Formats: sequence, C-alpha cells, structure tokens
Amino acid sequence: MNREEIVIAIKDIISTIAPDEELGSLALDVRLRDQIELDSMDFLDIVMELRKRYGVQVPEEDYMQLATLQGCVEYLGPKLESKSLVLTALKV
Amino acid sequence: MRELPRVVITGVGLASPNGDSLAQYRANLLAGKSGVVPYTIRHVGETYAGVCNFDPLRYQTRKEARRGTRAGGISIWCANESLKDAGIDLATRDRSRVGVYIGITEHGNVETENQIHEVAQYDFDLSFWSHHHNPRTVANNPAGEVTLSLGISGPAYCLGGACAAGNLGLIQGLQMLQLGIVDLALGGGVSESIHTFGIFASFRSQGALARHDDASKASRPFDRDRNGIVVSEGGCLYTLERLDDALARGAKIYGEVRGYFVNSDARDFVLPSSSGQQACIRGALAHARVAAQEIDIVNTHATSTKQGDEVECEAIRAVFAGTPTRVNNTKSYIGHTMGAAGALELAGNLPSFEDGLVHPTINVDNLDPACALDGLVLNEPARPARTIDRILNMSFGMLGINSAVIVERFRN
Repeated sequence: MNREEIVIAIKDIISTIAPDEELGSLALDVRLRDQIELDSMDFLDIVMELRKRYGVQVPEEDYMQLATLQGCVEYLGPKLESKSLVLTALKV
Repeated sequence: MRELPRVVITGVGLASPNGDSLAQYRANLLAGKSGVVPYTIRHVGETYAGVCNFDPLRYQTRKEARRGTRAGGISIWCANESLKDAGIDLATRDRSRVGVYIGITEHGNVETENQIHEVAQYDFDLSFWSHHHNPRTVANNPAGEVTLSLGISGPAYCLGGACAAGNLGLIQGLQMLQLGIVDLALGGGVSESIHTFGIFASFRSQGALARHDDASKASRPFDRDRNGIVVSEGGCLYTLERLDDALARGAKIYGEVRGYFVNSDARDFVLPSSSGQQACIRGALAHARVAAQEIDIVNTHATSTKQGDEVECEAIRAVFAGTPTRVNNTKSYIGHTMGAAGALELAGNLPSFEDGLVHPTINVDNLDPACALDGLVLNEPARPARTIDRILNMSFGMLGINSAVIVERFRN
C-alpha cells in the first residue's frame, strides 16, 4: 500500500465503525476525534480492525501516533508497505 | 394491609414477529396470522423462528445499533414507541424519576457465541477478543441501552426470570411506582434468543424444538400432534404510571394492573408443576381480590410441548372449571418470545377491553383431549356475552418460576 491507499484503508475501517459519519472531507492533519464522533471504544475498534485485516499490532504506547490521518500514514507506512488494501465498506 | 397507590398502563410499545405496533399485532391476532417463518442459524441449520421486522434505525443511529445488542435495539424500539403511545415527552420530565425494568430469559449468549466464532478464526488468539464483549453481555445491557437512548437517569435494570421474565418487568415497574421511588416506569420484557444457536440446539437436544412442514403451523399448543417450541425474538414495554398522575394529565388508560403473584416450584430444572402453577394463579387472584369466575380471559403460557401444555391445562382446570372464563394462547401465532413472552402476550389481549373479542389459539387441528378446557377459544375469535373486564396473564420458566398478572378494565 502506498500513502494514498493507507488513507483509504483507514477511512474504510472508520466507515464500518462510525457508519453515520461523512468521511469525504476529513483533513489529514487534524485530530480525527475533532472531526468526527469517535470515542475510546471506537479507537480500540480501529486498532482491532488493523490487526484483523492487516495483521498489524499497535501497542498501547503507540496509540497517539494514530490521532490524525497523517499520523496513521507515517506510523503505518512501513508496517503496511507490503500489504494489499482491503475494502469492506467504501466504494472507490 | 396498607392500600398502595393504583397503577395503570398508559402506553404500549412492542416488537412482535407479527406486528410492530399494538394495532397491527391485534389485527393479526384476530385474523389468525402467524409470524413464524423459516429460519437458518449456524450449526443448527434450517428451522423455524419468530422474526421481528421493525426498523431499528428509527430510534438508533447505525453506530448505536452496531455497538449495542439486538436485545438493546428491541428495548430501545419498545421504549420509544411506548412513550410515544403514552404521549409522554421526557424533555418535560425529571428523568431521574423514570425507571426501566426489563425481563430477560437470558442475556449474553448471542454475543458470547459471536466472539467465540470470531476468535476461533484466529486460533483462539485472545488479542482478537472484542472490547465490546463485556458491555454487550452484562445482564443490564438492554435496560442500560434504553437509558442511553432516552437520557433516563433513574433506576434501570433487567430481571432474569427465564420465560416468566416479561411479567416480572411489569411487576417491578408497578412496585417501584407504588413505593414512590419513580414517577414513571417502563416495564416488560425482551428477547434476542433467535440469534443464539445454543438455545435452539438445547431445545432440540431436549426433544422440544418444533417441527412441521409449514412454518406458520409449527407452534401449536394444545394440538394432539404438537412437538415443541418455536423460538422467537420480540419485546414489549409498558408505560406505567400511578393512577393519580395518569388522570392528572388526561392519559389514555389501557387498564389497571390489579394484582400479581410469583412463586417457585422448587422441584425440577425444566419440568413444570401443576400444583406450583395453581398456587401462582390462586395467589394472583387473592392479591387482586377477585374470584376465578371474575377473570374473563386467561392467556396461557403453553409453549407447544407435550408435557408443558398438559400440566398447565391441569392447573387451569383446577382453578377455572365451571367458570365462564375464556382461555387462549398467543404463542400459537408468534412462537415463544422467551423473555418478552409475558409482556407481549398480555399486550395482545389488552385490546379485548375495547373490541370485546378474545383472540383464539390457532393451529389446533386436533385438540388433545388432555388439553380440553372449558372456555378454550380455538381457531376463531370469540365474543363473550359479558363485558371483558379482567385478563389473567400467565408466564412460567425453567427452574420452576411461575408468574401471573391480572389487568383490569379501568374504572374510576
């Protein structure tokens, strides 16, 4: 996955966890929780989906790295480099 | 004995396999329309179930529905519908004085099975076990989801009472009103049991899961060829108020909860006891201070099992033989809605106060002589000569719990 695909991967995960939210205009550098309704249980869902879909383990001390989409791209980039995008909800 | 405040039913919210509103449900009961359909569930395969068709997104966002449980979703539907029916806007109420009391047969099986299936795909690596498991499986989940949906901050919890639970929710609401702990109560029962294969499998292992070529005829209490239970989902929550409060706001009153009784057989894990059931019925009559002949309709618990129906008929015969009391059964239409059954089946009968009809027990092609009762209404609705003033609603459950509630036409 390239950086663009990682953003799509995260949005796809969020769209299953927070299906009522409009994700089209999410800013890359603003905290996700400041743009859409996401609480700590939702965040754990994101971590769980990364584990299930891509086999990526995110230790608790790294959770803050996933606060923004940009942070996700930076943190997950090396971990997802060799993975293929899995889409379950988003149509692209 | 100190006179306790009178408590009345002022709203009904329900989800039944054959109706999402009281009007639709009643119309289908009078028309003999079943809500049992072919149903497939993992491991068990093809069977039958009563499946509800209400729109869960009317009162929940998609995210709320995803995070919560089916029992929670059914409860939220019923609670919102009930308050709407009662004409109550909680924005005008002190929500800390509102209580929620929901009877459940069981809770947590569905989510536990789902999680085990999920984690089995990852070789039981528990890092794949969901953080949602505990909040979804705690026994107060359905009532708690209602408080989240409606901003209710009063006492709200579930009552585990096997298949007698629907009556227990109603009784608890009544008691909390009589004690002055709440000013408004939502009470009744719910069931999500069709989403757990374990319930079907256990009934099947017990030889108590209904079989028939036609889904709509599978649930057939009192029929000679009955062979077991149809498992169903559903819910019913009543809006309950003290009579004075209901009168003060000019509320529509469906009926007064006149009396109730709950007892235990103390005999067996699964087998019912006619003597225990008789004691329960007599206890409810004494509590309501009415005689057997003053009961117009007995809604039976009968689940379409060989022994259960017979035992219950023996109890009814012992108390009601020679009276003009009519006897019916609602599971013949909707199957066994488990924790919802007590509340939902009572709701099916409440309109009798208005329309003067007794809905029948359907699907009785050949009446089992052991289930022949005076006043048993079979296959076609009955219109008794006298006014219908009192309904006795029976619900029994495993481990020998018996419950009975008597609701009376409201007269001031």
